[in-house]
Amino acid sequence: MLMLECPYCGVTADETELSPGGEAHLTRFGPGASDDEFHDYLFMRENPKGVHFERWRHAYGCGKWFHAARATDTLEVFGTYPAQTTKPPQEILDKISAKRPGWTWRDLK
Amino acid sequence: MRRYSAFAVAREALRYHSGWERAWASPEPKKKYDVIIIGAGGHGLATAFYLGKRFGIKNVAILEKGWLGGGNTGRNTTIIRSNYLQDPSAAIYEKSRSLYETMSQDLNYNVMFSPRGVIMLAQTHHEVRGYQRTAHANALQGVKTEYIGPERVKELVPIININGPRYPVLGGLWQDRGGTARHDAVAWGYARACSDMGMDVIQKCEVTGIRRESGRVVGVSTSKGEIDCDKLGIVVAGHSGVLADLAGFRLPIESVALQALVSEPIKPCMDVVVMANTVHGYMSQSDKGEMVIGGGADGYNNYTQRGSFHHIEETVRALIETFPMISRLKMLRQWGGIVDMTGDRSPILSKTPVDGVFINCGWGTGGFKAIPGSGYGMAELIAKGSSPLTDAFSLNRFKEGRFIDESVAAGVAH
Repeated sequence: MLMLECPYCGVTADETELSPGGEAHLTRFGPGASDDEFHDYLFMRENPKGVHFERWRHAYGCGKWFHAARATDTLEVFGTYPAQTTKPPQEILDKISAKRPGWTWRDLK
Repeated sequence: MRRYSAFAVAREALRYHSGWERAWASPEPKKKYDVIIIGAGGHGLATAFYLGKRFGIKNVAILEKGWLGGGNTGRNTTIIRSNYLQDPSAAIYEKSRSLYETMSQDLNYNVMFSPRGVIMLAQTHHEVRGYQRTAHANALQGVKTEYIGPERVKELVPIININGPRYPVLGGLWQDRGGTARHDAVAWGYARACSDMGMDVIQKCEVTGIRRESGRVVGVSTSKGEIDCDKLGIVVAGHSGVLADLAGFRLPIESVALQALVSEPIKPCMDVVVMANTVHGYMSQSDKGEMVIGGGADGYNNYTQRGSFHHIEETVRALIETFPMISRLKMLRQWGGIVDMTGDRSPILSKTPVDGVFINCGWGTGGFKAIPGSGYGMAELIAKGSSPLTDAFSLNRFKEGRFIDESVAAGVAH
């Protein structure tokens, strides 16, 4: 079973206690955006076989949204971090680079 | 190819079964093909089969990184139905269901199609209205379904508990010409027919690159070397995003795990397929007597072909309430497959931004039933650039707002 540590309350929660929230760090496009931007925002999700950044909610716990860095091909978790950021913290990126040299996700590497 | 028949069985019985041929060849790849199909699952093989049968295109290779039908073709719950809400879905799924009726004869391979009937249970008032609407839509589409009451459900499925405490059975959508088939046999039958037409089914051949020149595909790089082609069909279900990435475009798809399980075999007790979408569970009984059980997909991206235990628990919990008799059954096996989910829960059969590259993906949790219809339409799309069966399922429908919204109609079990 997937287990993630909630960066707010510190609980290491089973996935039954959490709700997945899809791809992390999306830029919202709305009025004034081009058709392509709006289309990509609505439908085009990163779907990597490898390193992925996601939103999760500690639904049956403290209720907070947070982020997780995870590998979709091994279910390895690299770390979790708070939601109030537009990109992953450097220490998590370094940790991923140490384990998976050459990884990419959007423009991160 | 020697035909399979009662006579062949008798002949071989008299000579110690020494005369059976290999069902399909295992050739090394040639330098160039007219069409390469990536993915030797049901959809890929059916596409190749109809390219040969309908359009005479037989210089075709089907490349498979693992083994024949080793992905979702061998991992599903084998349900075949066509009771969809939207017209484009009804057209392709009904075509598919009708092709299943004659598949064993068409392929000279027994795929054990069993039109035993499929019931989708209505367990909330919302579902009652939804399925009545679907039944009316199906009547207009020429798909034979009917809405039935709880007494008729009980008559068709004596082991069901229609007075469940939380979700009593209020009725159901009944398709008496739906059913099941032997999933591996579908892949094997198509592979044999393709091989017989002179096509190359190449297993353990992973595509590692898609070569393009001036925006047009010219070939693929594989674990067995470079292979050239005029046209390329990508038919790889859960790994569609990975292949699209190699070809340089993106797909509106996310890959998640979907699980199924079977019980120990028991005597025949249920001769229809029952789907309970509100409680996330569906069940049928295989010819071996195992209860074949499926449920909802996991909620997060996953390529590992194994799912989360609590989804099995939820599915089984729901089914025990619906079928109290199974509560003491032991479960024999559980497995997962990676399904490719689109936003509107309908597939993508389409040209792509790369000339000569076509994609067939996004069947999500319900691809098995669509295999022959999907191949029938996809072959026409590859051969002619357009097909009445597939045109509505194009990649640009998301941008143009032409969704084929089956996420509500199909519920979770698809």
